[in-house]
Amino acid sequence: MATLVYVEEPGDLTQQTLALARSLGGPLYAFTAGDTVAVSGVEMVHHADADAFRSYAPAALARALVELVEAHKPAAVVAAGTPRGNEVLARVAAIKDLPFAANCTAFESGRPGSVTRTRWGGSLLEEARVHAETLLLTVQPHSVQGEPASGEPAPVEHFSPSLRDEDLVVTVRERVGSSAGGVTLADAKVVVSCGRGAGSPEGFGIIEELAGLLGGAVGCSRAVTMAGWRPHTDQVGQTGTKIAPDVYIACGISGATQHMAGCKGAKTILAINTDPEAPILASADYAVIGDLHEVVPAISAELRKERTG
Amino acid sequence: MKVLVCVKRVPMTGGKIVLTEDSRAIETKHLGFTISPHEECGVEEAVRLVEAHGGESVVLTLGPPEAEEQLRDAMALGADRAIHLVTDEDEWDAQATAGAIVDAVRADEAATGAYDLVIFGNESADSGGYQVGIRVAYALGRPVATGLKGVTAEGTTVRCEQEAAGGRDVYVLPLPAVVTVLEGLNLPRYPSVPSKLRAQKKPVDASSPARPESRLELLRLVVPESQGKEAEILGHGPDAAPAVVEVLRLSGVA
Amino acid sequence: MTLPRQARAVVIGCGIVGNSVAYHLTDQGWSDVVLLDKGPLPNPGGSTGHASNFIYPVDHSKEMTQLTLESVRQYEEMGVFTESGGLEVARTEERMEELTRRVASAKSWGIEPVSLVTPADVKELVPYIDQTVILGGFYTPSVGVVDSLRAGTIMRTRGQESGALTVSANTEVVGIDVEGGRVRRVRTTEGDVDAEIVVIACGVWSPRLARMAGASIPLTPAVHQMIDIGPVPRFEKAARSIEFPIVRDMDTNMYERQDGTSLEIGSYAHRAIQYEPEDLPSVEEAALTPTEFPFTQDDFNLQLEQALELMPEIVGDESVGIKYAINGILSLTPDGMPILGELPEVGGLWSAAAVWVKEGPGVGKSLAEWMVHGESHIDLHSSDAARFWEHQKSSTHVKARTAEGFNKTYGIVHPLEQWASNRDVRLSPYHAREQELGAVFFEAAGWERPQWYESNAPLLEEYGDRVGRRESEWDARWWSPIINAEHLAMRDRAGIFDLSAFAIFDVSGPGALDALQQVSMRQCDVAVGRVVYTPWLSPSGGFKSDLTIMRLGDEHFRVVTGGAHGMADHKWLRDHLPSDGSAQLAELTSAWSTLGLWGPRARDILASLTSADVSHEGFPFATCRTIEIGPVRVLASRISYVGELGWELYVPSEQGARLWDLVWEAGRAHGAVPCGIGVYGTTGRLEKCYRAFGTELESEYTVVEADMAWGKVKEQDFVGKEAHLRHRDEAPAAILCTLTVDDHTSSAGVARFPMGREPILTRDGQPIVDAKGRRSYVTSAGAAPSVGKHVLLAYVPPERAEAGAQLAVEYMGERYPVTLDVVGSAPIFDPENSRIRS
Repeated sequence: MATLVYVEEPGDLTQQTLALARSLGGPLYAFTAGDTVAVSGVEMVHHADADAFRSYAPAALARALVELVEAHKPAAVVAAGTPRGNEVLARVAAIKDLPFAANCTAFESGRPGSVTRTRWGGSLLEEARVHAETLLLTVQPHSVQGEPASGEPAPVEHFSPSLRDEDLVVTVRERVGSSAGGVTLADAKVVVSCGRGAGSPEGFGIIEELAGLLGGAVGCSRAVTMAGWRPHTDQVGQTGTKIAPDVYIACGISGATQHMAGCKGAKTILAINTDPEAPILASADYAVIGDLHEVVPAISAELRKERTG
Repeated sequence: MKVLVCVKRVPMTGGKIVLTEDSRAIETKHLGFTISPHEECGVEEAVRLVEAHGGESVVLTLGPPEAEEQLRDAMALGADRAIHLVTDEDEWDAQATAGAIVDAVRADEAATGAYDLVIFGNESADSGGYQVGIRVAYALGRPVATGLKGVTAEGTTVRCEQEAAGGRDVYVLPLPAVVTVLEGLNLPRYPSVPSKLRAQKKPVDASSPARPESRLELLRLVVPESQGKEAEILGHGPDAAPAVVEVLRLSGVA
Repeated sequence: MTLPRQARAVVIGCGIVGNSVAYHLTDQGWSDVVLLDKGPLPNPGGSTGHASNFIYPVDHSKEMTQLTLESVRQYEEMGVFTESGGLEVARTEERMEELTRRVASAKSWGIEPVSLVTPADVKELVPYIDQTVILGGFYTPSVGVVDSLRAGTIMRTRGQESGALTVSANTEVVGIDVEGGRVRRVRTTEGDVDAEIVVIACGVWSPRLARMAGASIPLTPAVHQMIDIGPVPRFEKAARSIEFPIVRDMDTNMYERQDGTSLEIGSYAHRAIQYEPEDLPSVEEAALTPTEFPFTQDDFNLQLEQALELMPEIVGDESVGIKYAINGILSLTPDGMPILGELPEVGGLWSAAAVWVKEGPGVGKSLAEWMVHGESHIDLHSSDAARFWEHQKSSTHVKARTAEGFNKTYGIVHPLEQWASNRDVRLSPYHAREQELGAVFFEAAGWERPQWYESNAPLLEEYGDRVGRRESEWDARWWSPIINAEHLAMRDRAGIFDLSAFAIFDVSGPGALDALQQVSMRQCDVAVGRVVYTPWLSPSGGFKSDLTIMRLGDEHFRVVTGGAHGMADHKWLRDHLPSDGSAQLAELTSAWSTLGLWGPRARDILASLTSADVSHEGFPFATCRTIEIGPVRVLASRISYVGELGWELYVPSEQGARLWDLVWEAGRAHGAVPCGIGVYGTTGRLEKCYRAFGTELESEYTVVEADMAWGKVKEQDFVGKEAHLRHRDEAPAAILCTLTVDDHTSSAGVARFPMGREPILTRDGQPIVDAKGRRSYVTSAGAAPSVGKHVLLAYVPPERAEAGAQLAVEYMGERYPVTLDVVGSAPIFDPENSRIRS
């Protein structure tokens, strides 16, 4: 039984998705639309052609996928657990009245199918059975190694889905604004974050200084945004920005599950905390036990000394 | 404008999640309950839309009897009334939840008129299924935009903004519509004491729908192993600064 | 932090009290003290971390007031005290009366200035209040708030800088080892520490720690709800975190205080919500801290409405949001007092528990003094950890009494108010008889004791006007004129008293005499059959107790003391037994019950019951011996606490009912009446100026001041002897006197009757202060029916202690003229003591 993989765009997440999809056993087929055409590692690519796909059109994507599902009856449809992957598969689930398991870390085909999926932004795993003729699954980002992108692109079969009027309503009309320069939280190589321990909005001065010295971005906990000290765009967490920097420096952050869900992707976590029992230490690679108001300026001073000296 | 916002009662977890003995739920005896931050913004948005355009804001939940607390909290923020789909202890899967909400919306609309907008959080804090709002929209035959950080009612349409690389993607949906929103959409207000007291007196329409079989059937919960990692202590206080800089250098960022 | 392997003392708990105990131990000279907490610093997650941190110094309890004042002194010295003033506002007339009592307590304990203020005055001080809701207020300018976490840090730092203190956070105690009845070692997640002294300062977790060592700390964790609303426009420009007085809305059991730009609203009005220490989450499991539980809104709705009534400008402001709301967990004890001192079950294991921020540093200092020097400069007898009887440590008792007491946090509590919950625990063998006689029972140490008997109502007619009446409901509450009638009948004929609440210990063995000599001021080496009344002194010569000792044999003594303080006396005696095991102590309270028989006809009654010689010569005063009454062998002791001829009759408990029936039957022929503790403890005692431990006799007063230094000092050594000898050479700073009220009539034309703890003032209303800075106040008050007066006992400085001196007492906001009748211990009734010795 075949598996159909919705490929948003080439990249590591797609390779991770393919890797986990392969664990279902059957041959893999890809579904693409718009500019995304070439996919390797699959038997064949079904590429939807329609004007609607010039911009992101989730309802139309879902309709096209449903058409493929009805035509080819795959055992499973798999996508990356990105906002778009989850949205498109949820729409397919709604149209077909099928269950949908988002953000899985493992799955097995069968009747019923079995999945392990994340809850609480990854702080908890759920083992579940899926009672469905077609499994609809997305893959939790960074939960598996992506398979190497190798080999020739697979042959492409173009098709023109029959879209209804209502499928064309939900389409990106325009893109407005632009990121305000500097390093964005999501892309930064280093993020220096602080919680309520900063004491005040002004308390973030030492955090900004250290982030500046490292060419990184400033993050914060949800308590800080709720207090109105920093904009929500600075918030790292399950309901804020999920980050994946090389180094995450968490100052005075206890490590509530809501926060850790946002910084799991960091390669290295350094915690600065007065409490050696703080939950964040169970997720951190390195820790300094001490008051952030003393430790952070000392690190900045040390960095300056290294650079001038 | 008539706006419905749907919320879910979830525990306020601390730094460590503890499971019940049967591993089918989180041990909540020490925990308070709230709604997802996304939904808090959804409630705030519903209230603001009604403040700006007039009409009625209604909050709906599907959950145990105790979830009335979350409905009262939402009404303390300004929602006018509440619909409570009362369940027993077992969790409902997303399909069942959406089905019950659809039935409730239809029934309420038949009695009080159609909603212009139905607001959901993009995903719940606990189960994170990313789908209830979408399912409800399809069942009601209404357009849905997801993951929004901007919702502006403009006459017969709603302008929806979604963060995207390098800016914001804009959707324009005809009303009635469904939206799922993210934290950051607004900064929710705190309830005032008078609003808390008013909320105690606002109506809650409670009913108990029948629970269908789960098609995404929860077997058990597992705390991921990575929670047991031991951090290497680089030092205490400011004296640790050189060791920190050394780590930063080895990581290639300093 | 590596823990030392051994220490003089290990203090467990880095809340306000643990920090304070540890610091004061080092300050008083101990050089190796270890302080631990399972949580992080500076806020390890206990009740200190979420405390509201305000301090009202005025309390009806002198002990609590002294601890609080000492704490304020320390907070001020550390620079963490901000004076804000405090207003206790009244919504009812009853509360306005109560506020006059608070003024009186303030004057008695020397807290001034304080004043009663009008609603308009309140409005001026707290402009956001709706003054139409209140009738007035009690203003204490010295109320303030403290930074208790900062104070803890300062005290730890001082201890560490002296090199005497090792602090280890994140160190959980997993066991406390006890060997040979003494604490030996604390086992922790960071290693073991051998210690002579272990102090449990673990707040709501204390019972759990005590259980590790096989001991009890009877407290319960319970909820105190509070919310924080803001930002308040009026506070936005505040330069300090508190600029307006803290308001206690007494009738709603709530408080409101500014905290920066917020208003904090707290409540003791909701239902009592109790937990077990085992129910508290760990630091990691807790969403906030282990003692900040999720808020339960339903319990707070009424309080929100009441806060809205009082402070509509702020609480009713739609722009002011509820930013923080918790069910904070704090410690409650069955009698509302802290649990301080060495635990009776384990030597060297100390409790510093159920202490709130307002008394924390004072408790720390007092406990350190107690450990290092053997006693605290503040008398801690009401807080003594050794005070509990076994049943008072039961979960049922703790839960019932804390639930009942919680809503009295700001309550109007009558001085004689009785507990309603968990009664009928200790019943004397006479109980059924007493019930038949319509006894009204008051509780003492769990015993149900008749306070008076309704069956004596006909005596009211017999004594007519000689029985005082009380018109004021407050004065007449928990009181009956029958008490006075019983008193007069006893003086005329005889009274039968149930004294089963006495605590009774036997000391025996070759070392028994030496042990008792060591703790007793008076000579215990007396002939077999003698009864000795003696103070027990503290090392500094203050009162530790007063009691009687019967010599039953060469090596056998029986100690009889009051029930309420009996267990503390038991511990004091046990701690002074010789270490060689040559004296044994047996606690026999439940084995023996006591019947008192006093009055002019007592001898006739007893003589009709026994063939023993009970004549004055044959059975002299202050002697005891076993006699037969019917089939019962009774230990009869000829002493008296009511100033009459008569005996205490000690009988094995199971035979007590038979003894009662015999005495009752014989007494009827002589007109004997059953008498309650109203006579024994108040009227009979006060006419005779008999002092009571805990009222007249406290560790801050000396034997000379109590005018009990009669006779010469015995040659043998005893605890407090050196100090006592010194006191005899000094002029006393105050002397116990008997005063009587000249005119009881209030401005409303109602006769009023002070009931104790009121300030004694000059006729023009000035407080009277002795050379040691102590105020004169009424230690005990009550009727003296035989002389037709209302008696007040008080310590008065010698320059004012003259018979006939014209003074005043302040009661319920008014001054009443009093005359000082007697200086010293001579009684106003039967000053020659001819009745006792007849």
